[in-house]
Amino acid sequence: MAAPDYPGLDTLALHAGSQPDPATGARATPIYQSASFCFPDSDYAASLFNIERAGHVYSRLSNPTNAVLEERIAALEGGVGAIATASGQAALHLAIVTLMGAGSHIVASAALYGGSHNLLSYTLPRFGIDTTFVDPRDPQAFANAIQDNTRLVFGETLGNPSLDVLNIPAIAEVAHQAGLPLMVDSTTTTPYLIKPFELGADIIQHSATKFLSGHGIVIGGLLVDSGQFDWDASGKFPTLSEPYKGFHNLIFTEEFGPAALIQRARKEGLRDFGACMSPTSAFHILQGIETLSVRMSRHVENTRTITAFLLEQDEVARVGYPELDGHPDRALAAELLPKGCGAVFSFDLKGGREAGIAFVDALSVFSHLANIGDAKSLVIHPASTTHHRMDTDALAAGGIGEGTIRLSIGLEDPKDLIADLKQGLRAARKAAGHS
Amino acid sequence: MHIEVDGHAVYCYTNSRAIDASKPSIVFIHGSGMDHTVWTLASRHFARHGNNVVSVDLPGHGRSDGPPLASVEAMAAWVIAVIDTLTIDQVALVGHSLGSLVALECAASQSDRVRAIVLVGTTSPMPVSDAILEAAKADDHAAFDMLTQWGFSKRHQFGGNRNSGIWMIGNTLRLYERSRPGVLFHDMRACNEYTNGTDQAAKITCPALLILGEEDRLTPVRGTRALQKAIPSPLVEVLPGAGHTIMVEAPNAMLDALHKVL
Repeated sequence: MAAPDYPGLDTLALHAGSQPDPATGARATPIYQSASFCFPDSDYAASLFNIERAGHVYSRLSNPTNAVLEERIAALEGGVGAIATASGQAALHLAIVTLMGAGSHIVASAALYGGSHNLLSYTLPRFGIDTTFVDPRDPQAFANAIQDNTRLVFGETLGNPSLDVLNIPAIAEVAHQAGLPLMVDSTTTTPYLIKPFELGADIIQHSATKFLSGHGIVIGGLLVDSGQFDWDASGKFPTLSEPYKGFHNLIFTEEFGPAALIQRARKEGLRDFGACMSPTSAFHILQGIETLSVRMSRHVENTRTITAFLLEQDEVARVGYPELDGHPDRALAAELLPKGCGAVFSFDLKGGREAGIAFVDALSVFSHLANIGDAKSLVIHPASTTHHRMDTDALAAGGIGEGTIRLSIGLEDPKDLIADLKQGLRAARKAAGHS
Repeated sequence: MHIEVDGHAVYCYTNSRAIDASKPSIVFIHGSGMDHTVWTLASRHFARHGNNVVSVDLPGHGRSDGPPLASVEAMAAWVIAVIDTLTIDQVALVGHSLGSLVALECAASQSDRVRAIVLVGTTSPMPVSDAILEAAKADDHAAFDMLTQWGFSKRHQFGGNRNSGIWMIGNTLRLYERSRPGVLFHDMRACNEYTNGTDQAAKITCPALLILGEEDRLTPVRGTRALQKAIPSPLVEVLPGAGHTIMVEAPNAMLDALHKVL
């Protein structure tokens, strides 16, 4: 008798976490836009507060719509559980404050989204949590940076902005040898392109604003717990393995086993910091996830078409996409990301800052804005926008040139995207004085 | 808390409370390859309601040391040794799957010590397929996969957990993956070889409640007829939509049902 197959990714993307609504029979997950939920009687209320029954009390802590989204992403990632948060940044913060306090240390990839970099570099040190940034391509650098007070190793599946491919198996091994968990931000890859838990990661953070929701209409984050890390054996995580005075001395590893982290994050971090997701946002993200595979495959297909086009253009000095010749992580990408390296990449125009600005201003199909992962194609010129405070040397250190353009390729007909890019390239050439 | 039984450290979840001789006691016994965490909600509930709760990790499981025990009879004797060590006189026993057989055997063999039994996701005999036994013997992950998938009703293959944020399939799979090598095989073989359950059931004198999952595929409701017939006047609760993993699939309905005898 063969073991039955688990449902596949596409099926889980449509069904995981949901049942026809028990109250109405509604097939779509309803938006339970209610701050709180009635108790049938006082003992039932007490049992909900004391974690004796399953159910909802107050939507900061849990909500039926959010619960479907949380179970769905946990299923897609192959974890034990998840929490929906107000944003991707809130998910990152929730993980950190659940695992550690003042006097702790993080080892992080230097190639991070700017918001994450700000949090780790400038904000968390004010609260006593410091970070050492290391070359994402060097697992030994992660090992060398680990200190006695290190409590987390962190990186992005595809680093910002050069798409450094995080060697998850190697870095997970480094972290685990030190008794530490590895958390990865998988925002640009989603579970369609990579399953970090299968490669050794322990915690996943998503900005669901991007490809998971997929339409640029909502802000949200997700924190997912693999349930694979042994917090007791590590001995470095008293928030999980020692009595918590904030909940009648509950010991999370004792009572929740593999779900200790995600339960503590809900019972403490979500309760006290309050960065919960709106149920309406959860509904929108659920709709997006239903078509995740269809969209991601098309995003990647269009990206491959666009990168091939750009490679042939005289105005383009470099195209940075891990599937292309010359990208330092091409072999690793083929191993870890066989379905593609996402739909966000950068390329360099030969004409510098003026060419970059002219290029962006000449586009009409691409939207000029600060986001990624929309169904619509997006463009930004980092040197004049997201990184405008940096001088040329600082930009170069971050892998960004004066003429660097970042694209997030959408789902339009690629011929229309190419026609639009041609308009931009003509403007860039003119601005650079090569008309 | 940790106690020592037969020279080995034994872990019992007690909701961080000392055993109080003036309170009634309930012992929860997990199923094959599992540990005490499957009873967290229920044990917290009955602790708040004035009971001593003792949710054990069977030997070799969870936080308990020692080799796994080879038979249901040995596990029943061990449970009695645990309550002896805790100086508990009488107990109600709540067991799931393998744990239900242990509770049944305790009630039959130590009727003066057992005031009620609740058999959750139960049947007797409880034959185990050759495929599961062979995979478990080989410590093949396929054993975890089979038990996880068949352990949930078809509708719950996609989850729908009322316990927010927990992917019920994933959490159950992780619990199996945490079991030590060989432990699941010992448990499965013990289930398979416990063939005199209905004879023992006839000896039960205490109130007995069966909590069954309507869509249980490992211990189907229809397979419990012999057990229901053998136990004198059992109470039977069949929970709609639930499979074998009743504590996860129907935690609130199970809690309500438990109150019928606890």
